Amino acid sequence: MIEFLQQVINGLSVGFVYALLALGYTMVYGILRFINFAHSDVFMVGAFCGFYFGRLVPAHSIGGGLLVILMAMLVCAALGIVIERLAYRPLRSGSNLAVLITAIGVSLLLENAGQLVFGADPKFFPELFPTKVFVSPGGLRVSSNQLLVFVVTAVLMVALQWIVLRTRIGTAMRAVSFNAQAASLVGINIDRVISFTFGLGSALAAAGGILYSLNYPSIDPYMGILPGLKAFVAAVLGGIGNIPGAALGGILLGLIETFVKGTRFSTYTDAIAFAMLIVILLFRPAGLLGKFQVEKV
Amino acid sequence: MNRLKTALSTWPKAILLASLLASFVFWLLSGRLDPYYLDVLTKIGINVTLAVSLNLINGYTGQFSLGHAGFMAVGAYAAAAITMFAGPKILSHAPANLLESATVCLFMGALLIGGLAAAVTGFLVGAPSLRLKGDYLAIVTLGFGEIIRVIFRNIDSLGGALGLNGIPPYTNIFWVLAVAAICTYVVLAMVHSTYGRGFLAVRDDEVAAEAMGLNPTRYKVVAFVVGAFFAGVAGGLYGHYTLSIDPRGFGFMRSIEIVVIVILGGMGNTGGVIAAAVILTLLPEFLRQLDQYRMIFYSLLLIILMLTRPQGLFAWKRRPAPAPGA
Repeated sequence: MIEFLQQVINGLSVGFVYALLALGYTMVYGILRFINFAHSDVFMVGAFCGFYFGRLVPAHSIGGGLLVILMAMLVCAALGIVIERLAYRPLRSGSNLAVLITAIGVSLLLENAGQLVFGADPKFFPELFPTKVFVSPGGLRVSSNQLLVFVVTAVLMVALQWIVLRTRIGTAMRAVSFNAQAASLVGINIDRVISFTFGLGSALAAAGGILYSLNYPSIDPYMGILPGLKAFVAAVLGGIGNIPGAALGGILLGLIETFVKGTRFSTYTDAIAFAMLIVILLFRPAGLLGKFQVEKV
Repeated sequence: MNRLKTALSTWPKAILLASLLASFVFWLLSGRLDPYYLDVLTKIGINVTLAVSLNLINGYTGQFSLGHAGFMAVGAYAAAAITMFAGPKILSHAPANLLESATVCLFMGALLIGGLAAAVTGFLVGAPSLRLKGDYLAIVTLGFGEIIRVIFRNIDSLGGALGLNGIPPYTNIFWVLAVAAICTYVVLAMVHSTYGRGFLAVRDDEVAAEAMGLNPTRYKVVAFVVGAFFAGVAGGLYGHYTLSIDPRGFGFMRSIEIVVIVILGGMGNTGGVIAAAVILTLLPEFLRQLDQYRMIFYSLLLIILMLTRPQGLFAWKRRPAPAPGA
């Protein structure tokens, strides 16, 4: 039982990070209907922001660590907005494929620029927060970094839910995702909403990057690729375009992966995430929480 | 379009023969060619095969596949396994004076089996997943590509994560160019046949195609199987050229590279795709002098090309692109 709970805790700490990253994919998809391949690299830039900003604040302090996360989120939000403005907006009226390719181009650009600026060799991520391991009477171990992942992610998700459901800009986001043309007819500035969506998603990716690096402290310019792919899988699993679905998908994926890692099939972990996805898509193509749309002729 | 159709229907086989002859001449001259140019030409040939075969799936049939590298991996592993494990036994039975032709037959057989293995995989992947459309299909094929890679990483008899080393160097410029020519011929002949119009119909409007009595799923699966077959053959050529293969070489980025070629060439435009394959293989070579800035320029060029010519480099006539999810 203890072992099971331990796996649940480990799985959740991975899954929450996937969820943060998946939210960015799902929000962009909900509004623009395209896969933002560069999102995983914004995640990487977020982790490197944490690496460099971490030098400016005292190590092992909660306030300093949170400040680093906040700064990284701001930098990445700006980065996301710039990417959208320069690489995606000019093609918005064109086909989805063209945007897909520029997204891949931006992704390559960030990875290679990262290699040049940060260096290709893996870096050791600093310990921003106080590190401690709490052991429960039964032997259940929770590290402070894991707790931090839970708390920060929960706060960010609640904040996101509040923004999307309770603010003007959030209402506008939902309207654009429902029907962009109708939204612009009632006076919503679509460009602004899309910029805001990219900023929001990228900020979450940055937070995810730092939280991920706290638990897996080796960072390099290509670190985003696999978590990015998996987070995308998570977004589809939950029903792409659906915000609670992305969170659910991320958490589920993290849990399943951790449980598979505990069995003798551990070397198949990466494959099983995708196999799950395929099974879900074949039987419930809209994802777990997505709405199935009937094709009209 | 009409002129191309006439040209193809009057002398398609002549064009194929001419290209096969040209590959043979290249092979005869290959001893005098600078090894560096030969290397680049081989890479171009393999990329042309991959891109033209993917173009059948993505361009002509309008199904967005992101798993081409997976099929390539299946072909590469199957062909290499045959020449490495069965090859020595077969060749030891061959009479000494026929050793060379026996080797050629062995390699041809290995390539064919590699292609067939990939085609079977293509069928297994395609049959269930082609019910999905657009982005979802893209994700599923991406997933399958990754699964294939992970499976190879876990098969110890095929080298596991280290991959296969010491594959015999059977690939030469003749094989590479000949396969590229045959692949192009097969794809063009298929698409421009009466049967093949169905691919375009499925791409343009699946519901209308179905109403006309075509079976869209069948067309999609056929496109998938044929595309996978040539990807497998290209994988076999690749393995016997680089002489060592490992699962990392067939990752998601490799699939993306091929998709980029197809999209930049203009979906469903074989001439454009071939030109894009040549350009995009040469581009990193030309950028080599930029050294560490090479990949940065490559990605920047990719973005700029796409921003300035979103319909593909060589699509002069604008036609509605088969947008995923549309």
